[in-house]
Amino acid sequence: MGGFLTGAELEALALSFRIASISVLITLPFAFAAGLLLARAQFPGKSLVDGIVHLPLVLPPVAMGYLLLVIFGTRAPLGAWLLENLGIRFVFSWTGAVLASAILTFPFQVRAIRLSLEAEDPRLSQAAETLGASALDRLMSLHIPLALPGILAGAVTAFAACLGEFGAIITFVSNIPGETRTIPLAIYTAIQSPGGEAAAARLSALSIALALLGLILAEFLARRARIATGRA
Amino acid sequence: MTGHIAISTQLGAFALDAAFELPDSDVTALFGPSGAGKSTIVHAIAGLMMPAKGQITIGGETLLDTERNISVPARQRRLGVVFQDSRLFPHLSVRGNLLYGWRRAAAPCGADEVDRVTRLLGLENFLERKPRTLSGGERSRVALGRALLMGPRALLLDEPLTGLDATRKGEILPYLERIRDEEKLPILYVSHAIDEITRFADRIVVLNAGRVVAEGSLFDVTARLDLASGQAMFPGTILDATVAAHDRPFGLTELAIGGERLVVPAMTRNIGDKIRIRIDAQDVMLALSRPSDVSANNILPAIIEEMRAHDETAMDVKLRLGETRLLARVTRRSAERLGLAVEGDVFAIIKAVTVGGRDGA
Repeated sequence: MGGFLTGAELEALALSFRIASISVLITLPFAFAAGLLLARAQFPGKSLVDGIVHLPLVLPPVAMGYLLLVIFGTRAPLGAWLLENLGIRFVFSWTGAVLASAILTFPFQVRAIRLSLEAEDPRLSQAAETLGASALDRLMSLHIPLALPGILAGAVTAFAACLGEFGAIITFVSNIPGETRTIPLAIYTAIQSPGGEAAAARLSALSIALALLGLILAEFLARRARIATGRA
Repeated sequence: MTGHIAISTQLGAFALDAAFELPDSDVTALFGPSGAGKSTIVHAIAGLMMPAKGQITIGGETLLDTERNISVPARQRRLGVVFQDSRLFPHLSVRGNLLYGWRRAAAPCGADEVDRVTRLLGLENFLERKPRTLSGGERSRVALGRALLMGPRALLLDEPLTGLDATRKGEILPYLERIRDEEKLPILYVSHAIDEITRFADRIVVLNAGRVVAEGSLFDVTARLDLASGQAMFPGTILDATVAAHDRPFGLTELAIGGERLVVPAMTRNIGDKIRIRIDAQDVMLALSRPSDVSANNILPAIIEEMRAHDETAMDVKLRLGETRLLARVTRRSAERLGLAVEGDVFAIIKAVTVGGRDGA
């Protein structure tokens, strides 16, 4: 691949993968908790929580980037506090890109997890109960294993979506080579530069291939999920 | 020891108010049409549904007493439930399913006991397979094994054969019979199929519209005329018989019932074997004198014990043959023409016998 891509492009690819993987992994436990809550619990204000979880899907990413800047900017109260007391700075840093990607792809994961949990036949849980399994035991021995392919499909979709994130990243953490310049930002930069068409085309082709691969993998996992829960 | 079940609850327009006994050593059949409340009772016993009022005592342990605020959670009731739809865990192998309750038991049985149950149910060659690759009958066997290996204080079998075709039923019944004979457990067998009950149970609780309408030994309850007439639930009599002799040249087998003999088509059973048979009331004709010129082989002297009109056409007649009771259904016109009366002597002509009883057919 070294012959196909330049060093800077490879750097963008590696950065994209790093940001996407870390963001998916960090989001996963929260997405699972949210998915479980929405799938199993009945509480007042559930539709509001549902709406907030799904908000990043419909909000313009640029607006999300701006919001993050307002909250986590070094002159914003929370951002200043984090920098002073914990030495954490999100703006102009790849960790900020992780944060933006995590928030924007959170709904993909919650949705997949919730659907998998809801697809489980509730009578299986009753059977497990008569066999001596407590609620936590049933979560570990039944609900999570049955939802696992669905959880993975959600994670893969979220990963693919992270790779494509642009608006929030460029607004929140700018376009710094080797720090926040992921593939979409590299494509944007190439288009802006004279004679960058070839690079833009290469990177776009790469993006398409990666996205397609991700979606195929997600669909494969979703099929496994249907088999695991006895729906295929 | 005898367990007691009393459950009363209201589910929408349906009122359930049922109480019956569950003896420790017998198979009790819970019988009734669909919608009678059988599954609700099973769910309440298993602890998956909380009745408004109820007492459940099984094997000397109180699992529910709404008056004393006792309700043992489902997972601590130690009841081996086999649901109609098996409910195997699709992500686990047969072995994983079998051992699910075993792993969670407070005092799990030893590995040799696991092997014994696996062999008892004929599952030793399926252990690594996933439930979706099993037939319906195999799935039922795994569900039975899973319930047995959890170390249950009782078995609740909720229509375990419903949904299986006749071949698969024939495949499972011998395993159920082995469990009945080898495991010393109280068993509640829920079914709406009188054939299964004939073959499997000792006691019967008849449920209709949420209420127990009869409870007792299979023979007594099935010989009751008020049930036969009112709801046509039992169109016949269930009897225990012993294989007495074979008539090989004619292809016949003689069965002993009390002091009487019945001739049926040849059976591949040994002399002395106990079997259970059913005689449909429609298949019993009555005569005032012993007919000598009919083709029927089975003509038995009997005394009329009870008579009751079934509807405007038919009359149900309960006959006493020594210790045995037999139901006959004749037309009311025939009953009048023959002058049938209680304590009158008649001859019962039995046209057909359904063999499908205990210990196989």
